[in-house]
Amino acid sequence: MTKPFLSVERLTQTYPDGSGGTTTVFENASFGIERGEFVCILGHSGCGKSTIMNILAGLASPTSGAVTMDGAEVSGPSLDRGVVFQNYSLLPWLSALKNVSFGVAARHRDWSKAQVEEHSRKFLAMVGLEGDTVLRKPSQLSGGMRQRVSIARAFANQPKLLLLDEPFGALDALTRGTIQEELLKVWSKTEQTVFMITHDIDEAILLADRILLMTNGPYARVAESVQITIPRPRNRTEIVEHPNYYAIRNHLVQFLGQRSKALSGQPSGGATQSPETVVIDKTKPAEDPEPEALLRAVND
Amino acid sequence: MVALSINQRGALLSALILIVGLLFWEAAIPEQQLASEMTEYERLMGGGAPRAAIPPPSDILAKAWEELSNPFYDAGPNDKGIGIQIGYSIYRVLSGYFLAALVAIPLGFLIGMSPVAYRALNPFIQVLRPISPLAWMPLALFVIRDSEASAIFVIFICSIWPMLLNTAFGVAAVRQDWVNVARTHELGPFRTAFQVILPAAAPTIVTGMRISIGIAWLVIVAAEMLVGGTGIGYYVWNEWNNLDLTSVIFSILMIGVVGMLLDTAFGALQRLVAYAE
Repeated sequence: MTKPFLSVERLTQTYPDGSGGTTTVFENASFGIERGEFVCILGHSGCGKSTIMNILAGLASPTSGAVTMDGAEVSGPSLDRGVVFQNYSLLPWLSALKNVSFGVAARHRDWSKAQVEEHSRKFLAMVGLEGDTVLRKPSQLSGGMRQRVSIARAFANQPKLLLLDEPFGALDALTRGTIQEELLKVWSKTEQTVFMITHDIDEAILLADRILLMTNGPYARVAESVQITIPRPRNRTEIVEHPNYYAIRNHLVQFLGQRSKALSGQPSGGATQSPETVVIDKTKPAEDPEPEALLRAVND
Repeated sequence: MVALSINQRGALLSALILIVGLLFWEAAIPEQQLASEMTEYERLMGGGAPRAAIPPPSDILAKAWEELSNPFYDAGPNDKGIGIQIGYSIYRVLSGYFLAALVAIPLGFLIGMSPVAYRALNPFIQVLRPISPLAWMPLALFVIRDSEASAIFVIFICSIWPMLLNTAFGVAAVRQDWVNVARTHELGPFRTAFQVILPAAAPTIVTGMRISIGIAWLVIVAAEMLVGGTGIGYYVWNEWNNLDLTSVIFSILMIGVVGMLLDTAFGALQRLVAYAE
């Protein structure tokens, strides 16, 4: 088996627990992401999602294990891995446009000012920010607009991997819906590889090709990799009509509600913890070679 | 009646307080009796000699008009225009101040960025900071052997601390998110310092600079009283020795006005670098 585009191998994170021992957040976690894939990771707070995100971003280093992307080991932050933070992390003294162009200029040191600005405006326009709005400071923008700027900044840099850390966590439901659709639009135009943390099951089903499910900590692991068997392009009002939607949703709810707890707290005993691939497809006709395989689990 | 804005009402009340205050002051100064109106006994008792008294505001206004209409005359070492004296003071304050900024801001950056540097330098800062700047004067005069440079040194040493501490504090308090933005964009240490940390810490740094310039202006008057020669501090002391209280009061007012202008300038700078989150 060839290595996937992004390969996380036997990642372990432990922290001192304050009484001399150590707490293991996750142990020997392993998974891969293919180029161009949109992968969401779901799990309860404290299972180490954000830690995995920080390790992928290069902002933190794991206790042991390795991450390789495109054949090279990830060590330290890089422009090849763009990050959208939950709290937007815009620089408040710069206008929306400057917040984007500052990143573009860092990426393309040889570009002229006009080139940088044109490129930045193009990506701001993709998330619906045009005209004089882009000259406003973040404090003069609504939460939704700020997150749009942050998304534009990350996409404008065209990184090999885009990391989204609960990007819509702080937004109201209506704004969230609009920006999710904008994100899908931008993503389909750029064919970016995306890895996203979320708490929102519906959001994950709408956006992702694949959802990784994490068990609770300690000794959390990526237990399942659920394929989203709903064709694209998707939109939030139509996907609920799809026969697979509720089947997948129920599976996810059931995992997060019960099995994430039941599977937690089990040391790996040194084994590599790869997720099981789960395919749920109710659209397959009855004459399918494996008719009973509505829920098929494949170990890889 | 036209409704006045709060600003206008405030200004009106200020003017009223000023006028009433000046009138009371003027009325409170006793008239000097003319020698010709005195009895011979009074004249023999020295009543005819001019009595030193607080001058009335009208005298001070006349003095101010006289001085300000020709501020840059130079009639020898003991008689220079108020503009020249203030110019010397501002020159000393600004040279000492900018030397201090040149040391304090980079050093503050270092202390703010590195917890080790903070712990290493903090004891020295804590001991040196509370020393009255004038206490350095004898040592400065002995080592530097130049009164002019010693005055500048005293300004340097008094304006360094607020700038140093505020820079260190501002730099240390820069949000980790913004630093992470710099890191994920692969900004080098210099770009991170100038594009992220400096603008993020600028409001705190400029607040320190504003405190420093205020202290420097307070200290220069005392320093010039000691070193003498030129400057507004020397001028105040010189006029006291001349028993010219009108000039003393006039120069006190000028010290206040210049101090206010310096503070206003830094206030404007503060608004320039401020940002809303």
